[in-house]
This record gives sequence, C-alpha cells and structure tokens, in this order.
Amino acid sequence: MNVAVEMDAVRHGELLSASEAGPASKRIIAGFGFWIFLLSDIVMFSALFASYAVLAKATAGGMTGVQLFDQRNVAIETALLLLSSYACGMMSLAINSRRYFATFLGAAVTFLLGAAFLALELREFQGMIALGATPQRSAFLSAFFTLVGSHGLHVTVGLAWLVLMMVQLSLRGFQDVVVRRLHCFSLFWHALDIIWVLIFTIVYLMGVLP
Amino acid sequence: MTLLGKLDWSAVPFDQPIIMGTVGGMVVAIVSILSLVTLKGYVPYLWREWITSVDHKRVGVMYIVLALVMLLRGFADAIMMRTQQAIASGGGQGYLPPEHFDQIFSAHGTIMIFFVAMPLVIGLMNFVVPLQLGARDVAFPTMNSISFWLTASGVLLINVSLGIGEFAKTGWFAYPPLSELQFSPGVGVDYYLWSLQLSGIGTLLSGVNFVTTILKMRAPGMGYMRMPVFCWTALASNLLMVAAFPVLTALFAMLLLDRYLGFHFFTVDAGGNVMMYVNLFWVWGHPEVYILVLPAFGIYSEVAATFSEKPLFGYRSMVLATMAICVLSYTVWLHHFFTMGASANINAFFGITSMIIGVPTGVKVFNWMFTMYGGRVRFTVPVLWTIGFIVTFVFGGLTGVLLALPPVDWQVHNTLFLVAHFHHVIIPGVLFGAFAGYNYWFPKAFGFKLDESWGKAAFWCWFIGFHLAFMPLYVTGLMGMPRRLQHSDVLAWQPWLWIAEAGAVIILAGIACQIGQLVVSIRNRENLRDTTGDPWNGRTLEWATASPPPAWNFAVQPRVHEIDAFWAQKQRVLARQDLPVRQREYAPIEVPKNSPTGFITAFFSVVTGFALIWHIWWIAGLGLLGAAVTLLAFMFRAQAEVEISAEQIDLFNRAHPVEVSL
Repeated sequence: MNVAVEMDAVRHGELLSASEAGPASKRIIAGFGFWIFLLSDIVMFSALFASYAVLAKATAGGMTGVQLFDQRNVAIETALLLLSSYACGMMSLAINSRRYFATFLGAAVTFLLGAAFLALELREFQGMIALGATPQRSAFLSAFFTLVGSHGLHVTVGLAWLVLMMVQLSLRGFQDVVVRRLHCFSLFWHALDIIWVLIFTIVYLMGVLP
Repeated sequence: MTLLGKLDWSAVPFDQPIIMGTVGGMVVAIVSILSLVTLKGYVPYLWREWITSVDHKRVGVMYIVLALVMLLRGFADAIMMRTQQAIASGGGQGYLPPEHFDQIFSAHGTIMIFFVAMPLVIGLMNFVVPLQLGARDVAFPTMNSISFWLTASGVLLINVSLGIGEFAKTGWFAYPPLSELQFSPGVGVDYYLWSLQLSGIGTLLSGVNFVTTILKMRAPGMGYMRMPVFCWTALASNLLMVAAFPVLTALFAMLLLDRYLGFHFFTVDAGGNVMMYVNLFWVWGHPEVYILVLPAFGIYSEVAATFSEKPLFGYRSMVLATMAICVLSYTVWLHHFFTMGASANINAFFGITSMIIGVPTGVKVFNWMFTMYGGRVRFTVPVLWTIGFIVTFVFGGLTGVLLALPPVDWQVHNTLFLVAHFHHVIIPGVLFGAFAGYNYWFPKAFGFKLDESWGKAAFWCWFIGFHLAFMPLYVTGLMGMPRRLQHSDVLAWQPWLWIAEAGAVIILAGIACQIGQLVVSIRNRENLRDTTGDPWNGRTLEWATASPPPAWNFAVQPRVHEIDAFWAQKQRVLARQDLPVRQREYAPIEVPKNSPTGFITAFFSVVTGFALIWHIWWIAGLGLLGAAVTLLAFMFRAQAEVEISAEQIDLFNRAHPVEVSL
C-alpha cells in the first residue's frame, strides 16, 4: 500500500481523531475483520500447542520425537514455506501496482512452494505411520498429528483458496472485492508461517532435546 | 444396513412413552405450523423478508425467537428434574428411569447455555449494537446470517436427538473418560459434540463480526468514550467470544478424534490426560460466563439511565470495570475444579483471583444504584427486572465468594449448593437482563410496547419462583446432597425438594404470563403503538429513528458530539423552540443484498452433522460438498448490495416522522 498517496487523500480540514473519524472503508473493514479471525485461529492453535505440551512425554512406550523427527526434512519444509510467503509478498506488490502477469507468476510460485511443503509433510507422516507411529499409538502421537496436521490442513485450504482467487482474478480483473480477498489471503498465508515457526521450535527443535 | 451407518429403527425409542409423547407433540406442532404457513401463503414472505434476510435487526429477532422457543424446552427439562427429585427422594424411583434422567440434566444445561442464553444475548446485540453505533448494518451481513443459521442447525440437531437415538448422559460439559467411546458408546455424546461444534462456529463468526463492527463502524464523532455502555459490554463479550470459542472448537475436535479415529487425548490408556479436557473446557467455560453476563450488565446500565432520566453514574468506571472483568475472566478457570489435586498454592492463586473479579462487579452494582439515586425512576417492567437483578445477584455473588475459598469448595463440591449458586448468578445475571432488554427494545423492533401489567405479573412470578426454587437447594447442598441424583433414600431432603418444586411451578406461571403478555400486546397493539420512535424518552441513537427502523436504519448518517447523543440533541431542540423545520435532502443508500447462503449452508451442515453422528459417511461427504458449493456460489455472486433510492427514503420519512433528528 502506498502510504504517501493514502495520506494525501485525506482532506485535512475534516481530520478528526482516529476514533471519531466515522465508519472505515470497506478495505479496512475486511482486512481488520480478517485479522480478528486470524487471532481466533491462533487461539485455536494455542489450545493445540498446549495439549501437545502436556502430552509430549506421554509416549506410552512407543516411539519418541528423537527417534521420529528428521531435521533435514523439517529444514527443507521450513525453507519451502518461508519462500512461499516471500513469493506471496511479491504477489501482493504486483497486486498493488495492478500488474496481471506478475500477480499470476507470484501466485504460481506461492502455490508450487506451498504444495511442495505439503508433499514433504505428507511423506513425513507416511514414513511415521509405516514405522507404526500412528496417532492411535500414543497420546504424544495423537497430539503431534493433530497439531501439525491442523497446520497442514490450513495450508491445503490456503492452496485451494489461492486457485479460486486466480480464477476470480482472471474472470473479473482487479475489482475491489477481488483485491480485498487477495489481501486477506496474503494475511492468512503469512499467519500460517507464524504458526509454522512455533511448530518448528516447539515440536521439532525442542522435541529432539536430549 | 451399512448404507445408513449405525442408523436403523431401533434408534427410535418406541418403548418410552414420555419421549414418544413429547416427540409426537413436537412433530404435530411443527407440521401444523408449517402447513398453516404454507396454506396462508406466507412462505414467499418468510423467505424474502426473514430467512434470506441479512438485515441485522431481522437476524437479531430470529435469534431471540429461537432462544425463547428453546427456553420452553430447557424449562420443561428443568421441571421434569425437579419433579423427579421431589418424588424420588424418599426411596421411591419416581417416573424417570436413570438413563432418561441423565439425558435430561445434560440436555437442560446444554440447551440453557448454548441455545437459550447465547442466542438471547447475541440476538439483542444484533438488534441493538448497530443502531446504537449509528451504523447501517454489521461489518459482514451475510456472515451474520450464516452465524444465525449455524446456531439454528445446532438447535435442530439437539432436538432431533430426542426422537432419533439419544442425547449425552454425561452432564453438560461431557467430561472424559465418561464421554469417551469406551464408556459412552452410543450416539448421545456425538449429538452433543456436533451440535455444539456447528453452533460454536456460528458464535465465533458472530464474535469476529461484532468486534469489527464496534471498532470500525461507529458514527462520525463517536469516540470510544462516547460509546453507549451496552456497546462497550458487547465489545467485551465479543472479544471474549473471539478468544474463548476457538478453545472449545479445538477441544471438541480432540474429543471427536478420540471417539471417531481412536486418538488418545483423553482416554484412560496410552497416555491420555483426562484433566487436560477439564482445564481446556473451563478455559473456554469461565470466559463464557462473562460473554453472557456482560451484555446483560450493559442492558441494566441502559435501563437504569433511561428510566431514571439521568446520565449513567460513573460511565468511565463502568467501562473500566467491564474491561477489567473481560481480562480477569481468563485468570479464574481453575476454581471450577479445586478438587483436581493441584497444589495448595495453585488453588490459593485461583481462589484470590476469583475474589478479585468481584471488585469490578461491585463497582457496577454501586454505579447502578447511584444512577437511580436522586433520579425520577419510572417503575416500568425493565426497571423491575433491573432492581430484581441487583438484589438477587448480590446474594448469588456472595455465595460465589464462599465457593472461591478452596477449603469451603472442597466441602460443597458437586453438591446442590453449587447448583444453587450458579443458577443464582446466571438467572438474574443473564435471563433477567435479557427479559429487561426484551421489554425495553420490543417497541423499537415491532413498533408497539409490551403490556405492562402482564409484564409485571411475569416479573413477580419469576422473582418469587426463583427464590423458592433455589434457596432450598443451598440447604440440601449443605446437608450433603450431591447434584444429579436420580433418586435418594434420605428423607430429610424431601421437604426442601418439594419447596423447590413449588418454586419451579411459580416460574412456570411466570413463563405463562410472558406468553400472555405477548398475546395480549399483539391483540392490543393499536393502543400500545409507538409513533414517535422514542417511547421511553431514551438517550442513545437507536431511539433517533422510526420504530421499527427501516432497512437502512438512518436516513442521514448521524453525527455524534457527546455521550448520550440523542438525549443531548433533544435538549438542544427543546432549548430552541423556534428552530425552522428543515427540508431534508436524501442521498441514495446502499444496503446489503439478501442472500440464502446462510440458510443453505446451515441445511447442509445439519445433513453433514446428522450423517457424521450416525456414521453415514457418503451423506456426510455430500453434505460437505453442498456446503462448499454454496459458499463458492456466494463467492462468485455478482452483486453484494442494492441501492435504496432517495425518493424511497423520503417517502418512508414522511410516513414515519421522528420528532428530533440528528
């Protein structure tokens, strides 16, 4: 968003204090509402984190994090997701300057990196299940699959949303409503990064502490 | 019968005359209402004006209708329990077998919290908050309609459980391991979980919607310190919804995973942790208390100020107390289970925080009393509910302070003393407030007042009946009577239980009076008509528009210069009698377009929920697909708003002149 342009658009004679300025624009309302929704989503994840923390040692004689987690795989996953967010940021810049090709390119890179992340995560799950470390095996594994799986589910929903937005963009162009939704998507995509950083730290790094 | 999962004819309890009678009555009532509506040709009207409406006022009214209907259901459960305990405490078995009694107390709690108290409070906020803010609608009108219809889906599922299958026998909080598959193999807990998941998502979306509305859509000039107190309490309540309901969603998801896929979150084997459920449940559950009670506090504040013809005493301290309660509500959850076995220091911490939360509440009580002190109080029905609340709630709060002492709590844990306490705070704290609000804002919603004498009769029946029904439970609780007893051999409890039964009957009379009040008022509506839009000499913006308000709420965007904006404007007009009548110029207004999205999504949610309860996977898949396609269609719809022309607004305003405009 070009802050200087936005500032110039305000007529100074009518400037009230921020809380008295009257109803905000639709763009602000949509973005703000989506922020509130993301906060609620983060609260939901915090409940899942809390239950993981409580159950992390409840392995019931089954495999532990030290035996299961592959640091190299997780490092690649993290890199893919963060790069995907970077591409999403590039897409946002392209949207702000209304460049079609750059927007589609940014979306495609975002999508591919996200999908690659998801593929690696599924492969990791598959490997664990093959070793007998299923979510039914112990409370630790139940909590692990639920927490990490919920993040994966969010990524999946995000990918589907991105595809839909690209369809909408190609049908309708940069209409206000399309731009608002793309803005919300990028907020969503970045929020998933924050969750992932926490998963990376709490599950994968702290999980292999001796 | 794998095609229909676990569902077959044995799911219908044909051998239970009480259940079959109730189900029969409900089916007859629903079928006759539906056929009457169809025969009279009301269906297109209902579809156009209500079911697909995204107008916050219509959605609010529908929430309240839903809640009042469910109040009848929840109360029927209550009086059945009271009767059973009164009859069966001398060693007799009463008329309800244990497995039915268990379902009744679980359904009573679940229904009263989720499907009576919540929709009452959310309905009133829906109707009032945008009007008080001087806004045209909520931030996301279609999402608001989806929220309502998801709540209605939950209601439908919980009522279906009466006739098809069973309801949970676990109490309204469904503690594991009892609620795990191992000990509750039936569909009862699944009905509980899916109906609350659906309505919980609705509530969460409501919270997002209202936080955004209050923070971003206030009329020009309405700074935070000029917001009506009801909006402040609504803000606090919705912030709590946003921050508490996701915990419930996550918690129920975990229990569902345990039950459906064999996970081990709360099982007794493989490392599951039962107390984690209890902790997480009350991390949601205690803020939930304040989600319900804070808006009621807001209603009492509006009522006290309006009918005392004085500004609210201590507005700033009221706001501060509201937000303090909002924050503190997260620090007390452990007092619901002091007997968990945490250390004495932990119990002491939560005991002290529980007592601290009484301080801002006390501030509020004094503010209401000082508002009325020296005012010209008009003893209308809302004022009676308010005074009745103050008296009752203070005593209920005092028993709460007793329970906040861990040693005392250990003695009366799980007894009727506790049951008496929480009814003693939640009935005056939520229901009385909702009834005050219902009487207060009814003329705004429908254009005529409710009958006073029937309303007063209802209040006195409720007030006396309430005390008669719950004071004896303190006594039996102190005598050691555990909650949820289907029968007992202790004769000493029985007289008290009969007194409680008498109280329940008087409350029933109160409910009858409320129905009478509605019927009499509708028949008598021409005499009770409110033509001014301001029947109570109100102070806030909702009284500045016609009753009922048009779809666009305000013909001209109100501008606010001080607190109690409408009152101040009236004073200015009075001071300048010779003010020329201005010829108003109206600009066209955009209002959100009707959408069936909420209704259709909810239809598919019910289908999905029901199929998941009975393990009919293919229908569940179809239901999810249907819901997804509906939302997709919404996403791709061409137009989100319709325009109201300036002529139409002018026409409406000529037909409904308001004396003072902003």
